[in-house]
Amino acid sequence: MALWLAWGLGVLGLATYLWAKIEGGDRRVFLPGETTSGHHQIEAACDACHAGPFAGRDAMQQKCEGCHLAALDEARDSHPQSKFTDPRNADRTALLDARYCVTCHVEHRTERTHALGLTIPEDFCVLCHKDIAVERPTHEGLAFDTCGSSGCHNFHDNRSLYEDFLLRHAAAPDLLEGSALPARNFASVARLLSAYPREEFPLSRLSAADADAPAALAVDTQLLEDWSGTAHAATGVNCTACHSGGGTWMDRPDYVVCATCHANESTGFIEGRHGMRLDAARLGMSLPPMTPAEARLPMLPDAPGDAVDCGSCHGSHRFDTTFAAVDACLGCHADDHSRAYVGSPHHELLERSRAGLLPAGSAVTCATCHMPRTELAYDYGAYVHVLVDHNQSRNLRPNDKMLRSVCLECHGLGFSIDALADRASIDSNFRGRPGLHVESIDFALERRRAVDAERGRIGEGE
Amino acid sequence: MKSRKALLRRIALATTAIALPLAVVADTGDEPLFSPKQLADMLHLVMESDRTVYTRVIVNRLTLQDKVITASEHFEDDHALALPAQMFRFGSEMVASKTDDFSYSLQSLWAVNRQNMPRTEIEMQGLTYISENPGERFYGEEELGGVKYFTAIYPDIAVAPACISCHNEHPDSPRRDFELNEVMGGVVVRIPLSE
Repeated sequence: MALWLAWGLGVLGLATYLWAKIEGGDRRVFLPGETTSGHHQIEAACDACHAGPFAGRDAMQQKCEGCHLAALDEARDSHPQSKFTDPRNADRTALLDARYCVTCHVEHRTERTHALGLTIPEDFCVLCHKDIAVERPTHEGLAFDTCGSSGCHNFHDNRSLYEDFLLRHAAAPDLLEGSALPARNFASVARLLSAYPREEFPLSRLSAADADAPAALAVDTQLLEDWSGTAHAATGVNCTACHSGGGTWMDRPDYVVCATCHANESTGFIEGRHGMRLDAARLGMSLPPMTPAEARLPMLPDAPGDAVDCGSCHGSHRFDTTFAAVDACLGCHADDHSRAYVGSPHHELLERSRAGLLPAGSAVTCATCHMPRTELAYDYGAYVHVLVDHNQSRNLRPNDKMLRSVCLECHGLGFSIDALADRASIDSNFRGRPGLHVESIDFALERRRAVDAERGRIGEGE
Repeated sequence: MKSRKALLRRIALATTAIALPLAVVADTGDEPLFSPKQLADMLHLVMESDRTVYTRVIVNRLTLQDKVITASEHFEDDHALALPAQMFRFGSEMVASKTDDFSYSLQSLWAVNRQNMPRTEIEMQGLTYISENPGERFYGEEELGGVKYFTAIYPDIAVAPACISCHNEHPDSPRRDFELNEVMGGVVVRIPLSE
C-alpha cells in the first residue's frame, strides 16, 4: 500500500513538474537534443518552430518560412521550393525532398549536424548533379564534398558565385583604390520618411535647458551634457521621447522605444542573434533577452552580464558609433578573429581614419563587415536612406554571402573568395595574403576559353 | 483553391484522359465545364499571349527600336529587362507557390540550362514531336510521383531575332543554328488527374 502511495505521489509530482514547465516554465527540459548554433537562443520557445503539439510537417515548414523565406527570396534562392513541387522532378524529390527545410536541416541532432546546420550526408549535390563534369570538364574528379566549399557553390545563394559574375570580376585587383563606405544619413532623410514621427518629435535643435525630464527627477548634469551633444538633441528628441513611452517614465527604455524612430534598425536587431529572443510575436512567447554568458561563441570572462539591448552597444546618452562598431563588440567577443582585430590591416584603417589621415568612410570596423551599410530607396530612388543593417546573421553563413554586401566594396572578387575560404586568414583577421586559392574564377575563365576556341573552330569551317 | 480542386477532381473522375470529348458541357450539377485538354489549351493561350506581348511590346520595342535599355539574363546586376524566358519562368514559379492544380514550364531539347531538357518520357516524345512537326501540339498522360497527369506540350517559336541570337551565342547553348520562326522548345502544361 505504501509503495502504491509513493508511486502515485511520484507520478503526480512529475506530472506537476512537467506541467509547470509547459505552462510558462523553462521548457528546455523537453529538448530532445542540443539545438544548433542558429536556434539555441530561442530553444525554450518550442512553438516557434514546432507550431504547437502534433502540428505536423507542413505547419513546421510554415514556421521555418516565417523566419527564413524573406532572406531566401532576397538571395534569389537557387533551389526554391517550386523546383521540388514540379511534377517533372518527382523522382528527384523522392531522393531529396527539399520542399521541406527539415529534410536537410534537422534540429536537435548534434551527432550528425555539420556546417550550416546540415544533417544530411554531404554528397547530396550528387543526387541531381552527378554528371556535372559532362558540361563542366573543369569539375572532373572533384570530391563530392567540395561542391559547397567557400567560394564555389551554395545551395541557396549564388549571387556572388555565378559564372558570369566570376568572369566579370576576374581581372579585379586585390585592393580597389579609393574605396569608402556611404555615410549614414538618417538625420537628413528623417523628414522624408513617412514612418518617422516628426509631428510628435519636431526636427529642431534642443539644448540642455530644453530637457523635459520630470522636475522631481535628479538628472545628472554630465548626462544632460552628453545628451545635448547627441543627434537626438540636434533633431528634437527630448528626454520624454525615449523615457516616457505611454506616459510612464522608464529609466531604461527598451528596443521597442528605439523602434519608434529606428524601425529598420530595430527589425534587424530582433532578426539577428543579438535580439532574436525579443521577437515575442514571432516566437509565440516572451523570452528573456540574450546575455553574453549564454552565448556559445567564445566571450571574455569579464564580458558584461547585462541583457543585450540597443543600449548595450550604443550607450544611453553618448552615441559614439565607433564605440558601437568596435569597442562594444570587443567588450564581449573573444574568438580568434575578434581578438586579432586590433593590429590588423582593417584596424589600421580605423586608426588612420581617426587620425584624420583618410577620407570619411575609410575605416573598417567590426560593424563594417558584420553589420554593413545598406541603402533603402524610396519613391523609386528619389531619396535613399543609408543605414546600418543590425541583423548580423544576414551575411554570416555561408561566409561568401559577405562578398557582395561587404568585401567587394574594397577588394577584388578573387582575393575576397580566397580570404573567406582560408580559416587561418579569418582567424588572423586577414593579416597578409590568403594562404590558399579557390579555383572558381580559374574554372570560369578556362571554360570561357574553351567555348571561344570551339566557336573559333566552327567559324573557320570545322 | 479548394473549389478549383473539386472541379479538377470531377474532371478526373469524368475523364478517361485525352479521349474525352471536347464538347463543352453545360454548367449544371457536377458536370465538368472543360476537359483537361481544353483547360490546358486555354492556360497555354494566356501564357503564349502574355509572353508574346512582353517580347514584342516591352523587350523588342525598348531594346531594339528605342534602344533605351538592354535585356539580360542577369537583369538585376545589369539593370536591364528580364528575358522573356525568365519572365515566363518567374510566372511559373509564382503559380507553383500558390497552387498544385496545374503546373507549367519551358523546356527544350537544346535548353541553355540542362535542367530544362526533357526529363520524362512524355517530355522527350512531345518535344521531339513538336520539333519535327511544326505547328503541331502534343498531348499525353503520364504518372509522376504516384500522381497521374494530363500533359500537353506546345511549340515555343522563335518570334524575334533576339531569341535566336541569344540562344545561338550563349556559351551553354548546345545548339547554335536556330532560325527565325523555328521551334526552339516547348511549353509543358500539366494537370493532375488524380490526388
